[in-house]
Amino acid sequence: MSFLIDLLAATLRNATPLVYGTVGETYAERSGVLNLGIEGTMYAGAFAGFVTAWATGSPIAGLLAAIGVGLGAGAMMGLLTVTFGANQHVSGIGLTIGLIGLSEFTNRLIFQGGELQRIQPMQTVNPLATLGDPARVLDQHVLTWAAFLLLVPAAWWLLQRSSFGLELRAVGENPEAADAAGVSVVRTRYLALMIGGALMAVGGAFLTLALLGSFTLDIIAGRGWVCVALVIFGRWRIGRGVLGALLFSLIFSLQFRLRILPEFANLPFELLLALPYLVVIAALALSGRNIAYPGAYLKPYRRT
Amino acid sequence: MRRVPAPAPRSAPVLVLAAIGITFLITALPILAAGANPFEAYYAYVVRPLTSGFTAVEVLVTATPILLTGAAVAVAFRAGYWNIGAEGQLLAGAIAAAGIGMVVGGLPPVVALPLMIVGGALAGAAWALVPALLRVRFGIDEVVTTLLLNPVALLLVNGLLHGPWRDPVTGFPESPRIAPSAEFPNLLERSRLHLGFLLAVVVIVAAWYVISRTPAGLRLRATGLSPVGARFAGINVTRTLLGAALVSGAIAGIAGVGEVAGIQNRLTGGLSPGYGYTGIVVATLGTLSMPGVALAALFLGDLTVGASSAARSLGIPSQLGAVVQATLLLTTVALLAQRRHSAARRAAADEEGGASTSIAAEVAPG
Repeated sequence: MSFLIDLLAATLRNATPLVYGTVGETYAERSGVLNLGIEGTMYAGAFAGFVTAWATGSPIAGLLAAIGVGLGAGAMMGLLTVTFGANQHVSGIGLTIGLIGLSEFTNRLIFQGGELQRIQPMQTVNPLATLGDPARVLDQHVLTWAAFLLLVPAAWWLLQRSSFGLELRAVGENPEAADAAGVSVVRTRYLALMIGGALMAVGGAFLTLALLGSFTLDIIAGRGWVCVALVIFGRWRIGRGVLGALLFSLIFSLQFRLRILPEFANLPFELLLALPYLVVIAALALSGRNIAYPGAYLKPYRRT
Repeated sequence: MRRVPAPAPRSAPVLVLAAIGITFLITALPILAAGANPFEAYYAYVVRPLTSGFTAVEVLVTATPILLTGAAVAVAFRAGYWNIGAEGQLLAGAIAAAGIGMVVGGLPPVVALPLMIVGGALAGAAWALVPALLRVRFGIDEVVTTLLLNPVALLLVNGLLHGPWRDPVTGFPESPRIAPSAEFPNLLERSRLHLGFLLAVVVIVAAWYVISRTPAGLRLRATGLSPVGARFAGINVTRTLLGAALVSGAIAGIAGVGEVAGIQNRLTGGLSPGYGYTGIVVATLGTLSMPGVALAALFLGDLTVGASSAARSLGIPSQLGAVVQATLLLTTVALLAQRRHSAARRAAADEEGGASTSIAAEVAPG
């Protein structure tokens, strides 16, 4: 029982960065831009959040710094792919290499490779603590509560029900038509990329500010690529993407708990961790030509 | 036979040089932040590695894997196949090389080495096969599928190193050493320069010849410029794309063989610090031409060696090397896109018709 409670709590906790990242990537892709800068944006968010919180002593300041860095990373992606119309995949990979490099460069500059610095991680809150043991599932960080109760419904509403969301989806499906209808493709894509970038960076900062209280190299460890897979797994729908994040997190948390037990020590857990990627590729193969990519996926749009 | 114009017009090198200039301007900021003089830093990054024999050879060692991944990416991109998976294909080649290298102890090097090279190339091609089939059969975009197989390959490496291949002597998550007869011979005394560099040169020259001088190369370039036009010209676009994807994977696989047999002499988790992704930088800076790839790989090798020496001499963290590479890449793609856009605009103005606009935009490469 206690194993199950811990597992569920860990699932929610580990899903948090994926939820931010997946929602952020969904916004970018629905506007017609595949943002492969996500891995680097999460990394830079994790680092900027940590270093700011370390310098100021305030995790809130850290969070704001991460948001700022994410907005900047999104704007940078916009400059490359929207303003210049450069290759989305090459720009995204370049942004990831650059942001990881810049974070590690600054990390080295500030800490000189000395001993690991720590901050007081954000506290967890548990509104139902009085209910006893099972309520430990809900003993979560504010950022986790915010991800599931605020971000997901708000992001869904903004994308599917607001006029901004309609414009965002329109420029992602058919930018020529949206442009003809008076929607600014440039402005909308920039906004989508910046909102998305901020969310990705918060996802990264969750790791340093809440979960760990420290910054280590390779901290994102491919979580950004997991989000890219989850967006497709969810067929560019926020709800389904979040469901995918929970599923992956459940597998991740389970293998993490099983592999420390001696009787499971020799199971190939790496295969389990490869599941989200393989499932997505298999799903793409099975749906064949029926997969509904956003119409303007990977296509730059510039008026001539 | 009329030659199809290459997607890299003459002004491309000028554009890359402009990108290098802009990159140096931008990266002056972090250099100043590190308390160093930018001019001293550029000297240390670009010139100093070439001033001593030892570091000049190290430049070639560092360039070896990215010559190959750069060529791999360029072959695929040239055909309009966006292979982002060179990293995974490299790791697949490395796994095969280690697997073969551990069991060929009884064979002489003339047999063992070709076995490893061919095995690694086949493994790289195999790793590239599924995304390529999905692309040509179902039109499923290869950017995401090739990318997502990179973490899978890394997990496979880690799975092997934490499981069946864990070194039984040390207990470290590293494979046992490969047989001495499977190690790449060194090309120079007291250096790390190994057979892989020679392989890389052969691959680059062969790829240059095939792409620019043979019918297969013409089909590749035509497919990259305009799949629709190529199909009208009677070219089997499906086969061309599949071929480009598999050759690309095979070349990346050979890069993995070189790192296992020439540098590490075993399979390790940190075998590749992202050489597959650097291949994308190399191919783009080289404007997808093989001489360009060679120059770009040597330049990035130079920068990488310079970055580690500047870390010691000037106190600039070596991670700035990655920042310089990324800035260079992003500046180059932005300038290339800008030039393509101006060309399309000029073409549209010349025709004075709306219809030509979209055609010009579609035919433009990239």
